[in-house]
Amino acid sequence: MASPAPVIASNEGVIDAVKAALVDDLVYAEEAVHEISITVRREALNDVMIALRDTEGLKYQQLMEIAGVDYPERPERFEVCYHLLSLTRNHRIRVKVTTDEDTPIPTVTDVWPVAGWLEREVFDMYGVIFEGNSDLRRILTDYGFRGHPFRKDFPLTGYVEMRYSEEHKRVIYEPVELAQDFRTFDFMSPWEGADYILPGDEKAEDEVDKPGGDS
Amino acid sequence: MADYLEELQGETDAIDPTTGDIAISNYTINFGPQHPAAHGVLRMVMELDGEIIERVDPHVGLLHRGTEKLIEHKTYLQALPYFDRLDYASPLCQEHSYVLAIEKLLDLEVPLRAQYLRVLFAELTRISNHLLNIGAHVMDVGAMTPNLWLFDLREDCLNFFERVSGARMHSAYYRPGGVHQDTPVKLLADIADWLDGRMPELFEDALSLVVDNRIFKQRNVDIAVVSKDDAVKWGFSGPMIRGSGIPWDLRKSQPYEVYDRMEFDVPVGTNGDCYDRMMVRVEEIRQSARIMRQCINDMPDGPIASFDRKIVPPKRGEMKQSMEALIHHFKLYTEGFHVPAGEVYVATESPKGEFGVYLVADGTNKPYRCKIRPTAFSHLQAMDFMCRGHMLADATAILGAIDVVFGECDR
Repeated sequence: MASPAPVIASNEGVIDAVKAALVDDLVYAEEAVHEISITVRREALNDVMIALRDTEGLKYQQLMEIAGVDYPERPERFEVCYHLLSLTRNHRIRVKVTTDEDTPIPTVTDVWPVAGWLEREVFDMYGVIFEGNSDLRRILTDYGFRGHPFRKDFPLTGYVEMRYSEEHKRVIYEPVELAQDFRTFDFMSPWEGADYILPGDEKAEDEVDKPGGDS
Repeated sequence: MADYLEELQGETDAIDPTTGDIAISNYTINFGPQHPAAHGVLRMVMELDGEIIERVDPHVGLLHRGTEKLIEHKTYLQALPYFDRLDYASPLCQEHSYVLAIEKLLDLEVPLRAQYLRVLFAELTRISNHLLNIGAHVMDVGAMTPNLWLFDLREDCLNFFERVSGARMHSAYYRPGGVHQDTPVKLLADIADWLDGRMPELFEDALSLVVDNRIFKQRNVDIAVVSKDDAVKWGFSGPMIRGSGIPWDLRKSQPYEVYDRMEFDVPVGTNGDCYDRMMVRVEEIRQSARIMRQCINDMPDGPIASFDRKIVPPKRGEMKQSMEALIHHFKLYTEGFHVPAGEVYVATESPKGEFGVYLVADGTNKPYRCKIRPTAFSHLQAMDFMCRGHMLADATAILGAIDVVFGECDR
């Protein structure tokens, strides 16, 4: 590793140990960018976490983070990533489960109480439901907020804006009205990193893929 | 008086002294969102039995700005200043996690001088953060003077940040591939003087008023004791986990940059109470000063950023001479660099604990997802079990010892 990023214990043999411990519950394991990610079966999440925490040679005692990621093009669009840390082995691992809007994920609050708020945050931001979490309220967004703002199809501006109304003598919510439009971003512009067409350079592309289909 | 009135009215309570008493039920109060001891905008719904806290429900998110969503719409370089604005008491340490995450994805080498500079200013950030926290904590439990003195020292830190980056707080100094500018030579000499003279003098002076003070100890010792097991289960990190007696410091166990060359000790608490957490921070300041002295002594000359022109823009002088440099500069500040697809979770030891960045790149010039792992979020969640059974006034001491900043907690 050339970069000065944190150095953890070697990844060697970890995937094998995980395979041995999880057997059928493991869907996929890979090592990329010096980090180990495993995808596990959603239904078995609780057993998986207990196995990862208690198996000798794995011993991931701490749950540091639960991160949701939205991939709208996938059939199960949400990926929930649990980042575990082993204090004794000085190692990190990422456990992923996938789900969609309606299918709940079993909670891990019984394994780690810290998961309570972390799950609430994923629920708030993505609308992923955690089955068994006794306190699944919104956490970061406003009281009475609607929608799940970190989904890729939620606009950056949101839908409502808030101001103090002198007339009503209270704070009121109104549909977003942008006094100044966003600058229109031309995504075919070379500055946006688009796969753009250089005038006069069509030949270069033809040589790569002969049939001239739109690539 | 009341007895006298009752006597006049012929009422007597001799047979059953509780007759006529009103049954006292628990009542609920709002702590915050605007409260000087809430360290920002924290609303805590507290259920009290007299003055004893029965249950705490912290409501966070009043400072939620959707940073993570905004970052998805910015290039990697444009997203950097958002990290200063998360935990505004320790800006450079958050940038640190972010640039390390990008560098890990790019597998980019960083020159040695840049690594030393980053460690130097990360430690200066740690000192300024702890000064603020110790001062605020001490003031929360009733002492005014140390806070004023420590703020004076913090002002020195901010001046150093200004001299190196041009900004007192939101420095945006660490950049993918290195740092933004080299330090003026005089600055390093001044920091060294400060570390040997004014800093320890004023700091030890201020602390001498506090550490053995009877009132301070009464307010902190044995308040919110957290066992090792609980600290692990509740995802504690930083001074909170060390206060509970677990010697866990990412700078030591998972060294990044040049921390593996530094000599420093990791202080741990023995009881796991508020006093231990505060004393861990006090000792960390001394250790940070030690690291900074080593940095200044050992810092080699050389470039302060990578020469990979596809990631690090050239300096202005070079642009006046070279067309190539001009093109690189233009491309990097408009389109930005592309990061190969992949995902990393990089966590560094920020002054408050483990500050992590989970970065998902899809090969474009913008992050696909940037999840920030705040330190305060997990700690604040533990408020409920830490406060339970303590007095209302202890809540401020517990909160002060957690060291929360809401820019980071709410993102």
